[in-house]
Amino acid sequence: MDTYSFLRELADSWVLLAMFLFFLGVIVWAFRPGSRAVHDDTSQIPFRNEDRPGVSKDEELQS
Amino acid sequence: MGNYIKLIVLGGITLFAAVAANWGRDVSYIVHAMIIMVVAAYMFVRVLRSMDALTYATPDGYMDDVVRAGVIATGFWGVVGFLVGVVIAFQLAFPQLNFEVLQPYGNFGRLRPLHTSAVIFAFGGNALIMSSFYIVQRTCGARLWGGNLAWFVFWGYNLFIVLAATGYLLGATQSKEYAEPEWYVDIWLTIVWVSFLAVYLGTIFKRTEKHIYVANWFLLSFIVTVAMLHLINNISIPVSIWGSKSVQIFSGVQDAMTQWWYGHNAVGFFLTAGFLGMMYYFVPKQAGRPVFSYKLSIIHFWALIFLYIWAGPHHLHYTALPDWASTLGMVFSIILWMPSWGGMINGLMTLQGAWDKLRTDPIIRMMVISLAFYGMSTFEGPMMSIRAVNSLSHYTDWTIGHVHSGALGWNGMITFSALYFLTPKLWGRAQMYSMSAINWHFWLATIGIILYAASMWVTGIMEGLMWREVDANGFLVNSFADTVSAKFPMYVVRGLGGVLYLSGALIMAWNMFMTIRGGAKVTAPVGVPAE
Repeated sequence: MDTYSFLRELADSWVLLAMFLFFLGVIVWAFRPGSRAVHDDTSQIPFRNEDRPGVSKDEELQS
Repeated sequence: MGNYIKLIVLGGITLFAAVAANWGRDVSYIVHAMIIMVVAAYMFVRVLRSMDALTYATPDGYMDDVVRAGVIATGFWGVVGFLVGVVIAFQLAFPQLNFEVLQPYGNFGRLRPLHTSAVIFAFGGNALIMSSFYIVQRTCGARLWGGNLAWFVFWGYNLFIVLAATGYLLGATQSKEYAEPEWYVDIWLTIVWVSFLAVYLGTIFKRTEKHIYVANWFLLSFIVTVAMLHLINNISIPVSIWGSKSVQIFSGVQDAMTQWWYGHNAVGFFLTAGFLGMMYYFVPKQAGRPVFSYKLSIIHFWALIFLYIWAGPHHLHYTALPDWASTLGMVFSIILWMPSWGGMINGLMTLQGAWDKLRTDPIIRMMVISLAFYGMSTFEGPMMSIRAVNSLSHYTDWTIGHVHSGALGWNGMITFSALYFLTPKLWGRAQMYSMSAINWHFWLATIGIILYAASMWVTGIMEGLMWREVDANGFLVNSFADTVSAKFPMYVVRGLGGVLYLSGALIMAWNMFMTIRGGAKVTAPVGVPAE
């Protein structure tokens, strides 16, 4: 089989399936139990650290 | 030690550029060699003069001076790009404006890529780079990584724009839409873009927030994908190292497919994913509320990047491209409607509970109209990608109208609102110098877009219908020149729409200048009813 046909058939079978499953996985992961608290916290990020950089975990431990 | 290496490299570049200027085979190559020679020599002297300077400890605040430079560059290139757009719009209506004395430099054919690159890459690109730098610092809670590398990205990118723009005027082009610059300019952009990626990733790696905010996902996908697109679409072999001409590796339909894979993803990742990154930061900030649904934003992101990459073949319906490929492009374009509208709804619903701000805050109003145009053009686009619709719309002005409702409406308006958000913040002012000028800008731009889009719909559909009109014997009724003369009134209306849009941008430039110069005028916000 020439490269073109091989790649084309691979693309519209296994690769398509793999990408589709990955995408479904992303959706399931977004709706996993306990994600609400994480997402609520993450969506507040723009309202923190407005004027100064935050404190990293290492610096926090030192002080 | 680092400075010695810099001196050797800069000296080498200066010398090479001087030789290139002498041996150059064509005028644009020679001019570019001179520009590079002057820039490299200037940098050489600059490095030399700072050899013994004290090195200061790295400041620990945010690195905002490069964002300030980006804000000014965005405003400047916006005005330049819109101005060239108005000029070529009137050149189409009145061909006499291709003045004889300006040939060949002032010809429509050379000014047109200057306009597209100036608005997309100079205005849009500077907007994306400066807001990436601003957003990634705020949402990571970290100073930009790489010190002066961010400055290299800013100046390097703007040098790329100058090289691209002068190249078009002097006749250097590889004739690939939105990828016109020749090989050495492409190599330079690659170096700049990899540095951009390094700064961006470096900042994300040293973030103090646990999670990576969604705006960064969009901006990162924009940077990575544009790098990939740029490299693959520009695989070419220079005819000579002393000339600007190069030959593409791909040919025929492979080249066309590569070009439109690039071209549509320039729309998808440069003008959409990148600007969505801006949207996911600036809209919540201006509304003072978190994004409507963070889950939806995650799904929006993955759906958008998984689908957009396949949509390119819809530019090649009814060509030598195999049917399966063009059907694939069409199907993915139609599915794209869903994530696009999901994103638009997510942005608009962020205002839930703050809709009253629409009445009082002209910046929010700009964001809302920008999202509305995003929804409109992402509805129009999939529709035009359907093969039957495309047989009418392709090669007509409808396509131009579609592009401009997206670019002027979505990209332009979200950039203007970002500039209005950032300018007072970055220069420590309470608000823009004149809030009523923002209102003027809003209405001028909106009416300008409506004139533009409406006239292009009319002329596009008319032109498409005239091309396919046959008489009883099966002969075509209209010649090409018939469509040209029938389009004249719409071309004038389009030009006037452009004038309105440009005047809005000029008002913004004045407003930005007055804000930066200081003296914040204290006035009540526009539209607040008297108590």
